[in-house]
Amino acid sequence: MLNLNHSYFGFRMTPEVPPPKQIPLLDLIGVFFRVGVTSFGGSTAAWLYKEVVERRGWLDDEHFTTALTLAQVLPGANPVNLSIYIGSQLRGGIGGAAAAIGMVAPPFVIILILGYLYRQFGSSPVAHAVLAGLAAVGVGMTLTIGVKLARKVRRPIPIAIAVTLFVTVGVLHWPMIPMVLAMTPLSIGLEHLQAKKRTP
Amino acid sequence: MSDSRLLSLALVFAPLSLISFGGGQAIVAEMQHQVVDVHHWMSGPAFADLFAISRAAPGPSTLIAALIGWQVAGLGGAIAATLAIYIPSSLLVYAAVRWWHASKDSPWRTALERGLLPVAVGLVFAGALAVLEAAHVGALQIFTTVVAAALILYTRVSVYAIMGVTAAVFAGVQLA
Repeated sequence: MLNLNHSYFGFRMTPEVPPPKQIPLLDLIGVFFRVGVTSFGGSTAAWLYKEVVERRGWLDDEHFTTALTLAQVLPGANPVNLSIYIGSQLRGGIGGAAAAIGMVAPPFVIILILGYLYRQFGSSPVAHAVLAGLAAVGVGMTLTIGVKLARKVRRPIPIAIAVTLFVTVGVLHWPMIPMVLAMTPLSIGLEHLQAKKRTP
Repeated sequence: MSDSRLLSLALVFAPLSLISFGGGQAIVAEMQHQVVDVHHWMSGPAFADLFAISRAAPGPSTLIAALIGWQVAGLGGAIAATLAIYIPSSLLVYAAVRWWHASKDSPWRTALERGLLPVAVGLVFAGALAVLEAAHVGALQIFTTVVAAALILYTRVSVYAIMGVTAAVFAGVQLA
């Protein structure tokens, strides 16, 4: 469902090197750090595929697709979740932590530099106008993610759950956390019943 | 910086971390509510500015937490907020990955995948609405949002090209 098929990446090849028995932690951090620096605009998954599956053969295709699906459905930022999955597959808990830190550290520094510039120049009307424009584009990006996900919601009950959350949290400003805590088990439970009905 | 501010930051972001299905977009609505209405750390437009920076910067959009922490309590605040937004969800993901591989044939795996999807969809749209409200948007912004969404969905135009043109247009309108 949520997983991107391999053609999404536009290339598919067998790994050039067989996977080593134990990948050094420094190599692991290095790869994720490099992807963290270079992956602009939501291209993280494609970069990781290239580095981890194609260049180094650390994971196979099927494994990577599972990682991508889990990273998307679970809470948390997709690139960070993907890093934890891959890192922990390769080197256990410490590998997951190393990969996530490597992935987050570069953009963390960059965003603080941008935040510093905002403090210096944020009061200028032009800076504020530019940011208002960029926020509008940002909302546009958010909408496209919503639309892409929403296309996969086709049956009445899941649609009702999505609409209920949007109306209560978005329009009526009900507190989000209790709403999510109520709707998530309901949604998963109903899907479980549905699956049971299909295959008794 | 006072410790109580760091603690408040952690208490705001750690619970949001666990419900950020679909990434940062899902929790923007609640983040804005907590930061602007509950804790009065900044105004609605200032929050919208930070949202804009976080979307224009590389990396996950949840890094807006670092910017909010930085504004509230300096570098310590940025680190505290970032740890609070990533550690709870990361531990959950780690546990889920282990469970996932331990229960290959469980029907709950499919139920989990399918059941979380509508939750993410509802929250993502609520988040978009929250930012539009926080920014006190005008007609030009709504127009920009719709055009940007259409371009990203239906063309191969780079997001950075769209952002560049938008920045130039908004600066031009302001200066004119």
